Amino acid sequence: MKPPTTSPTLDVAAIRRQFPILAREVNGNRLVYLDNGATAQKPQPVIDAMAHYYRELNANIHRGVHHLSQQATHAYEQARETVRAYIHAEQAAEVLFTSGTTAGINLVATCWGRKHLKPGDEIILSTMEHHSNIVPWQLICQQQQSRLKILPITHAGELRLDAFQELLSERTRLVAIAHVSNTLGSVNPVARVIELAHAQGALVLLDGAQAMPHMRVDVQALGVDFYAFSGHKMFAPTGVGVLYGKAALLNDMPPYQGGGEMIERVTFDKTTFAELPHKFEAGTPNIVGGIGLGAAIAWFAQFDAEAVTAHEQDLLAYATAQLSALPRVTILGTAPHKVCVISFLLADAHPFDVGTILDQQGVAVRTGHHCTQPLMDFYNISGTVRASFAIYNHRAEVDALVAAVARAANMLA
Amino acid sequence: MTINQIQDAIIEEFGCFNRWMDKYEYLIDLGKKLPIIEPQYKTEQHLIRGCQSQVWLRAELRNGAVTFTADSDALITKGIIALLVRVLDAQQPMDIAHTELYFIDAIGLQAHLSPTRSNGLLSMVNTLKSIGEKFSKAH
Repeated sequence: MKPPTTSPTLDVAAIRRQFPILAREVNGNRLVYLDNGATAQKPQPVIDAMAHYYRELNANIHRGVHHLSQQATHAYEQARETVRAYIHAEQAAEVLFTSGTTAGINLVATCWGRKHLKPGDEIILSTMEHHSNIVPWQLICQQQQSRLKILPITHAGELRLDAFQELLSERTRLVAIAHVSNTLGSVNPVARVIELAHAQGALVLLDGAQAMPHMRVDVQALGVDFYAFSGHKMFAPTGVGVLYGKAALLNDMPPYQGGGEMIERVTFDKTTFAELPHKFEAGTPNIVGGIGLGAAIAWFAQFDAEAVTAHEQDLLAYATAQLSALPRVTILGTAPHKVCVISFLLADAHPFDVGTILDQQGVAVRTGHHCTQPLMDFYNISGTVRASFAIYNHRAEVDALVAAVARAANMLA
Repeated sequence: MTINQIQDAIIEEFGCFNRWMDKYEYLIDLGKKLPIIEPQYKTEQHLIRGCQSQVWLRAELRNGAVTFTADSDALITKGIIALLVRVLDAQQPMDIAHTELYFIDAIGLQAHLSPTRSNGLLSMVNTLKSIGEKFSKAH
């Protein structure tokens, strides 16, 4: 007989103690940090790993014969291996370190697009994309005389898969979609998107910036062609991110930037390029960033993924209920499958005013268009107030948010 | 009153507020009293773009002094504009161009003038001063 399964729960109080910044006061109140969609805070092990690197290991990597350089190289490549194992890439060479999601998407748009996009070819994006998953494609489409097709969404904030099937054609070369919407929190049915796109012979790039801090992603199980994400939204430092790409695709693409690190042999007549991943990593990389990302993933991976989901879904349900109970609050993004991101409007109050009054009460949220202006146009609004949660948030912070919003409602009425 | 006399008066007024709420409620009230720019001037030419809140500002030279009208889509931004207009309205262009707006720091609103992209206030202050500059040359 199968033993009864006990679902492990998170000790959120213990997790919070690992984030020194959460003890801070802001405007005389204990900080309530609900801007995790913009960037997450860093736990002590990440801060320590970065300090350790500068105290003990700092050297340039890959070329040095001396001890420090070898140790630093080992630490950096170990971080790459940590990422590989975590996202379950087949080989470490498929894990390219970048400066973030934006850089990863630009790399694919530029290197893959220049080689493969022809006049009349089509790329499909959705209405809910972040500007960094729109503008790189616009730029390359202009250069290659290719076209963007926009996959519409429902009012609740879900991709319209019926329309997707109609948009897909033999002209579709690539589909670039957010795994999770940064503004609405919708978790998109990416497995189905990939299945449909592949059936049509199109590649799929997923913008994983908002998914990685909340869920385990297995790139091989998904069968995704490119997956881009940022370190800083998943408890790692800023300025580092990852582009995963299938080796065959990456090998086939020309290099991005030229420089040191990415070459095999340079003469003035001809340069041959290094193997993956170095072909796409010109110049001295963000070494401490890579090491910090490895530490962040090692830290995050210690928690049971289901327990993380259960905790964050509890916060989502609680916050949604509490905010909805306030008069004059409207929540945007009501897809059944969401991460703990809540965009809302307070009657006709300007989000800037709401955000400013929340800040006075120590509650950090984001206001504005969240770099998704086409999505704002879809809802015919100029912006929202967005509360975005992470593993370390707890119900007391939902209460603080709700009280702060209620006060803002009074002041701005 | 001179620019600095008005600034000092504002600092004194704000000194009475012990709670942040009172200060912001006062700002919101001030915003409601801002001399509003006439609708036909709410154009691209008079727009100071912020990432989040927009500001419209119009200046006219009347008998050697500058008159301002303005508007914003956010109430708190509007309140801060109302303060700036109160300080600089009906002043000489040269004085506007060379003034040091120390009251903003003194009443604890400097965060709104940091070079974040969230509001157009920093560029508005620069615009106010360049209007003074422009009119003092034309004068």
